[in-house]
Amino acid sequence: MEKWSLMALTVLLALTVRWAVSLGSYSGAGKPPMYGDYEAQRHWQEITYNLPIRQWYFNTSDNNLQYWGLDYPPLTAYHSFVCAYIAKLINPDWVALHTSRGYESQPHKLFMRTTVFVADLLVYIPAVILYCFSLKETSAKKKVSSALCILLYPGLILIDHGHFQYNSVSLGLALWAVLCLSHDWDLLGSVAFCLALNYKQMELYHSLPFFCYLLGKCFKKGLKGKGLVLLAKLAGTVLVSFAACWLPFGTDVEQIMQVLRRLFPIDRGLFEDKVANIWCSLSVLIKIKNVISPRTQLKLSFAVTFLSLLPACIKLTVQPSLRGFKFALVSCALSFFLFSFQVHEKSILLVSVPVCLIINEIPFMATWFLLVSTFSLLPLLLKDELLLPYAATTPAFLAACLASFSILEKTSAEDLQLKAFSLSLKGYVSWFKSFPRIVRGLAYLLWKKYPQAPLPPWQLREDGKGLWSRNWKDIGGEHSSVSTLQQFLIKQQNFHLFLRI
Amino acid sequence: MRGAVPCRRGAGGARAMAAGGRGWFRALALGVSFLKCLLIPAYYSTDFEVHRNWLAITHNLPLSQWYYEATSEWTLDYPPFFAWFEYVLSHIAKYFDPQMLVVENLNYASRATIFFQRLSVIFTDTLFIYAVHECCRCINGKRAAKDILEKPTFILAVLLLWNFGLLIVDHIHFQYNGFLFGLMLLSVARVCQKRYLEGALLFAVLLHFKHIYIYVAPAYGVYLLRSYCFTANNADGSLKWRSFSFLHVTLLGLIVCLVSALSLGPFLVLGQLPQVISRLFPFKRGLCHAYWAPNFWALYNAMDKALTILGLKCNFLEGTKIPKASMTGGLVQEFQHTVLPSVTPLATLICTFIAILPSVFCLWFKPQGPRGFLQCLVLCALSSFMFGWHVHEKAILLAILPLSLLSIQRAKDAGIYLILATTGHFSLFPLLFTTPELPIKILLMLLFTVYSFSSLKSLFRREKPLLNWLETIYLIQLVPLEIFCEIIFPLTPWKRHFPFVPLLLTSVYCALGITYAWLKLYVSVLTERIPVRQKAE
Repeated sequence: MEKWSLMALTVLLALTVRWAVSLGSYSGAGKPPMYGDYEAQRHWQEITYNLPIRQWYFNTSDNNLQYWGLDYPPLTAYHSFVCAYIAKLINPDWVALHTSRGYESQPHKLFMRTTVFVADLLVYIPAVILYCFSLKETSAKKKVSSALCILLYPGLILIDHGHFQYNSVSLGLALWAVLCLSHDWDLLGSVAFCLALNYKQMELYHSLPFFCYLLGKCFKKGLKGKGLVLLAKLAGTVLVSFAACWLPFGTDVEQIMQVLRRLFPIDRGLFEDKVANIWCSLSVLIKIKNVISPRTQLKLSFAVTFLSLLPACIKLTVQPSLRGFKFALVSCALSFFLFSFQVHEKSILLVSVPVCLIINEIPFMATWFLLVSTFSLLPLLLKDELLLPYAATTPAFLAACLASFSILEKTSAEDLQLKAFSLSLKGYVSWFKSFPRIVRGLAYLLWKKYPQAPLPPWQLREDGKGLWSRNWKDIGGEHSSVSTLQQFLIKQQNFHLFLRI
Repeated sequence: MRGAVPCRRGAGGARAMAAGGRGWFRALALGVSFLKCLLIPAYYSTDFEVHRNWLAITHNLPLSQWYYEATSEWTLDYPPFFAWFEYVLSHIAKYFDPQMLVVENLNYASRATIFFQRLSVIFTDTLFIYAVHECCRCINGKRAAKDILEKPTFILAVLLLWNFGLLIVDHIHFQYNGFLFGLMLLSVARVCQKRYLEGALLFAVLLHFKHIYIYVAPAYGVYLLRSYCFTANNADGSLKWRSFSFLHVTLLGLIVCLVSALSLGPFLVLGQLPQVISRLFPFKRGLCHAYWAPNFWALYNAMDKALTILGLKCNFLEGTKIPKASMTGGLVQEFQHTVLPSVTPLATLICTFIAILPSVFCLWFKPQGPRGFLQCLVLCALSSFMFGWHVHEKAILLAILPLSLLSIQRAKDAGIYLILATTGHFSLFPLLFTTPELPIKILLMLLFTVYSFSSLKSLFRREKPLLNWLETIYLIQLVPLEIFCEIIFPLTPWKRHFPFVPLLLTSVYCALGITYAWLKLYVSVLTERIPVRQKAE
């Protein structure tokens, strides 16, 4: 079959899965008084449509910041505004000031789902398709199968189309930026990345590799000639795109400061809920949150994050290469995820998407990581009653990866690109010879652990608060063992990726 | 002839295929099963309640009450084996939610009920998956296809497993067609593998699961008689009358009688057979279903309506004499014809019989082995779809699925398949009328259609194009039709006065395509030359 028809089938399949997932429940469905992310997005539409732009980020009588106040950068607010405009055309009740709070109905759900679907279709999917087509030294079939695996990655689908968020926009914009950089359109790439950053501040996780890669490129061209020109151009582009995004807020400094305060709340604590990062897993042993003061926590996490970022960034600046850039994206995002302050479990998506980019280079490790990252979202998904889509999409994704990369056959040290590493270690640790076997064994254990719901999910739904969810909350032991497993796996991944770059 | 059907590959060949093919087949089957799981929260039709009611009836009432119980309007109207199937399911269902097994709990649909019923469809589909696997084994296509995606068996597996119609009818609309078609395909595979008795047994069992399959019974009867009861042919391919085998006839008869006795025997003993039969064949319903299935009668009705309007315009007819119901189109069950004569059940029966006859004769006089059998099967299914009484649009699957088996063997059949499958599947669209399911049906349809076109095109890329320009234009026109029906029409003021227009348009437009495909298939079968290589064994 021709390449285009295979790609069309891939996209259609991805879209079908997305829409099928969106038929399910969403975050905070029917749970007053706070509801969930779905209501947050709807509320932002209400705020942005009804209030003047100067009040969006301020606590006023019409805008109670305690109730899902806007805490994303301006582009999200503009997006909400556009959606609200369409919503108003269909049914004014959906965005009416005050009265629409907690509005839920079948048509409204359909509308909200459609907005995510359209955003995904317009931003993320084309970026993935173009990225896969631009992969070098691969057959057409491999390109299509990479696209299939990336588009079927369950984590993003479940969070965006199940839980309800617009991550595909910011991640898609970041992908566009990567795509532009790989074609040497540096200015366009930095515009795309600025847009991503202005859509979601979490894109800061990716900012250092972009910065270091571009800086390294300037160094390479010579800081006195072409490099300086490029650097100036880049700086100008970034400034202009930021200015354009923040234009309506540029009227006075207090506006900007207030937005920034909303974007980076430091009083929220070291981590939230169950995040598969260092701080959360350490708290099984030491309750860091109680021992150290919040200020020190902030400094500590900042210092550790910075230290863990340093090697990758230095290497990328000194030797800027596209391949290194992709790996650095993974590594830096992981460092942020593992060590930084106030991490959400959803932030793992910022790591997963760069991992998707290298799935054709290290299929086994990437698939493994993507599965674990989805698994780490499980507590959140259970809360949203999304166990069923999780249980359906994850094995399907695994099947797709198995079929397209035959990952289980390529687990030798060379295939995992760990040859140099294992050789250097072999002298010291004799058991390292069996490394591939351990990797395989661990993967097997992990997959064994997936179908672990002891109770059928409907029992969970009957009384709203089924046994399952209670287990997760109350029985610390169980939770921490699962979370420790996740953390162990994720850390190990980080270690490997780290060594490679 | 490309990839003929001579079956029973050597054991070695089968094993090689299984070894090389296990991976992709498993991936396809698993993939579609997970997709089915994702569709669990989707819309379901009244058929969901129908099957819940049957679960309750068979679980609570004694056998003697099964076909008399009428608390719900959805009385048991499938043959006894299906009732027993529901009985078995009900014993699993009680662990999910015992409330769904109470007969009086009409329209009961707790989460557990939905989950159980949906899962029961998904799990019984395993039989379908197995049957597809068997069908793939008995088709040997081009030997050396380097690319797995261009292997005929791969294409066949996708066309069957990912069939759009089956997906939406079973897993969104809600029915148990999957395992029933599994039984049918399995029996076809067995017949093609020359394991006639098994095939006959499976088909007899299938008939007692759902009697709609009686439409294709002539093909089975004639083919089994011709190839199994007569053990040899003359050198020119004609029948050798002296080779008649009494043993074989007795065996076949025994199988059919035993299965029937097992199914209907208890009711015969209870003296309820007439009641069972009257439930199975309700001739009180109208000629067409509420939404006209795209067959000959849809065209007939449309013609009648057009003539009525024309008559009124030209004053041939008096407005007062026209029955009211005739102008409400597909909204009422009874359709009164104004100009053309009304159609009785007997008339449709005769039409169906006449339409089936040539294909059966062809099977008898021009034996072509399994290919001829399949052709006759498809023609029987299509002919009865064209002329049957109160045909459901879903019945088109009865023709599309077996035709998939033929489509990967010859370019000519592939062309017909593309027309039939696309129009037939499109005609299923009105089954799902809820807005959340609109994207999913369009996406799935596109997925299946793009796949079937591109795969069959690449399979027959050395031959002339599969479709001529007229057929291509006809199929492309489906896109504007869908846009008009789903998006433009609801925005126009006609929506309130003529709500039936989209259904009417869809039905009539698809009827054209299906009639065309039927005629084309008939012509190709009747004009086909007999290959002279038939040996007189």
